[in-house]
Amino acid sequence: MPILKTIAVAMSGGVDSSTVAAMVRAEGHNVIGLTMQLWNQRRLAGHEGMPEQVTGRCCSLDDVYDARRVAEHIGIPYYVVNHEERFENDVVRPFVAEYLSGRTPIPCSLCNNHLKFDQLHVVARQIGADCVATGHYARVEYDDSRGRWLLKRPTDRSKDQTYFLFGLTQEQLSRTLFPLGGMTKPEVRELARKHGLALAEKPDSQEICFVPGGDYKRFIDAYLAERRETLPDTAGELVTANGEVIGEHGGIHNFTVGQRKGLGVATGSPLYVIQINGAEKQVVVGGEEHLYSRTLRGRGVNLISVEELREPLSVAVKIRHRHEAAPAMLEKIAADEVLVTFAQPQRAITPGQAAVFYDGDVVVGGAWIA
Amino acid sequence: MRRIYLDNNATTPVLPEVLEAMRPYFGEHFGNASSIHHHGQETRAAVEQARDSVALLLGCRSTEIVFTSGGTESDNLAIAGLVSAGDHIITSSIEHHAVLHACKHAEEMGCEVTCVPVDGRSLVNPDHVRRALRPNTRLISIMMANNETGVLQPVEEIGKIAEEADVFLHVDAVQACAKVPIDVNRVACDAMSISGHKMHAPQGVGALYVRKETHLQPLFYGGRHERSRRAGTENVAGIVALGKAAELAMQGFDRGEDKKMSAMRDRLEQGILAQVEEAGVNGEGTLRVPNTSNIYFEHVEGEAMVISLDLKGLAVSTGAACSSGAIEPSHVLMAMGLPANRARSSIRFSLGKQNTAEDLDFALGLVPEAVARLRELSPRYKKQVVIS
Repeated sequence: MPILKTIAVAMSGGVDSSTVAAMVRAEGHNVIGLTMQLWNQRRLAGHEGMPEQVTGRCCSLDDVYDARRVAEHIGIPYYVVNHEERFENDVVRPFVAEYLSGRTPIPCSLCNNHLKFDQLHVVARQIGADCVATGHYARVEYDDSRGRWLLKRPTDRSKDQTYFLFGLTQEQLSRTLFPLGGMTKPEVRELARKHGLALAEKPDSQEICFVPGGDYKRFIDAYLAERRETLPDTAGELVTANGEVIGEHGGIHNFTVGQRKGLGVATGSPLYVIQINGAEKQVVVGGEEHLYSRTLRGRGVNLISVEELREPLSVAVKIRHRHEAAPAMLEKIAADEVLVTFAQPQRAITPGQAAVFYDGDVVVGGAWIA
Repeated sequence: MRRIYLDNNATTPVLPEVLEAMRPYFGEHFGNASSIHHHGQETRAAVEQARDSVALLLGCRSTEIVFTSGGTESDNLAIAGLVSAGDHIITSSIEHHAVLHACKHAEEMGCEVTCVPVDGRSLVNPDHVRRALRPNTRLISIMMANNETGVLQPVEEIGKIAEEADVFLHVDAVQACAKVPIDVNRVACDAMSISGHKMHAPQGVGALYVRKETHLQPLFYGGRHERSRRAGTENVAGIVALGKAAELAMQGFDRGEDKKMSAMRDRLEQGILAQVEEAGVNGEGTLRVPNTSNIYFEHVEGEAMVISLDLKGLAVSTGAACSSGAIEPSHVLMAMGLPANRARSSIRFSLGKQNTAEDLDFALGLVPEAVARLRELSPRYKKQVVIS
């Protein structure tokens, strides 16, 4: 018989978090369902290039409806909490600013760091919950020998979300439950069916929740227009690695490292974006061989399994969500800066993305690629 | 779990007498009030008797009452029914969305709208209304009591301004009706909205007073119900309930129940303020309806407070729920010029006829403790304590 707690479940209206709510409820805990209202999907509707109506997305009325129905079904109190202001300040604005400075941001990590595992934890404590359970595929456990909370990869590697969770602090991890960490997605759907959840077959969401259709360029245009802000002029030169100017581009935010299409120049061999020079508004292009690099610098470091990097550590490093972690050496080079040196050169290391360090299944920590 | 309901400005429970009065109209007396046979005559009589009761409550003629589906329809009917393209409307920044959004729609249809501001206590200044008058002003729409602060607006003065300027005055009395005595002739208004479920009748029924000989453009087209001002078969059970609730309200005024309610509200308010520091009443120093108290608790997130109290069995509210059910900052408190922090830390307590002294004791036992707990968890509050 587990010790009964008061658990807040972050409910998005999807299968995963709904199943989590049903699971912890079935264990007999006192469960409170919470949905974060983060972004008004209707806000940019009708702006140029944006759909008139958005449905079936994070924070959409449909999802809140689904979450509410699940809460009713399993018999738990349920509330929608409004964090639109924080989300805009801590996720949307940095997202836009990052693109405009030539970087490729990951809003999901920012949302986890600032909203789901920060604001939601605050609300949970305020309303008397001991901890927060979410539908993330990851595991959290306490390691007695190290005296630290560990974040670990889940059983279902294909759903591994630890890459987006590298920013969690010890305090946050100590109050977090990931009940799906030991399950596969088909098992989760099966359990959802067993609990009689009507949304057991609901498809997974993939895209960035506030960017309809994944078209971030249109989103940035519409967002700035709605704010009555003008899009800064980020147009500039297209140059080769040797500094030779071979053309012009319409704005650095239209590019991401590794991109091949839409460069607007025709040459004999395929060209790729190999670097974006925010300060000079230059987009550097070159052959595929230029995309490979052995090192990266990381800033905004968060360490999980270790308290400090006293000496270089042999780890495996993931540089984007769909990247196979590659062996590397990790060392601290300044107060909040690390250097990652890969055993083999890696393709398209992209500033703005995260580098997450693994020791087997254990997340050592992570940093933002500078 | 013991559950105490102090959110009567959102909706009220149907009183047992009201339920008894309406019950036969779901079964035994099922006729269509427009039918000529016995069954129709029976329900017609009930509808007209209810109309008399509502008219008595508002101090008007029975023929001046139009039954509707509720406050929102009444507001929309009054606004859309009295203006046409090219007209100018004056309203205030603290009106209910039923009025504000109806005015916004009128604007899209070619009307002009002036929204007068309020002061820090949520009072409309009649001079602002006077100064907003234009040659093409057709309608002034000002509420009698604000839903969030309970503050009573100077509608009689505004009535004089409307009379002098020969423009229509619509008064949204949804939150005032049955809480304070109303006389449409003293207010000198041309239209007044009321809602059943704010006065212990069920949801889905309301009424609009429309002064005799005022031409009102209907919202719905159909049969000649309600003297062609509101097509659609009457919601007989709801109308009967509204009539009964109006009767009970009149009896309540005769027995001084409004004064008792006001004393209860003051006890709750003072009881809370005596136990909690850095708290105060929004709209203090004004005339308020007797049941409403809107209190700010510095360093407390209203949203967390409402959830915490609900989990302990006390229902109160903050701000306005948006379509998802999340709480949005109250446009009323923002219009009063409250800093965003204070608006977010404000809680509305609103009493109903069913509430007892024990209910207030229950609230007085929970609220100070909840505030203390939330402040304990507030980083801002802690910082301040350390500094001082």
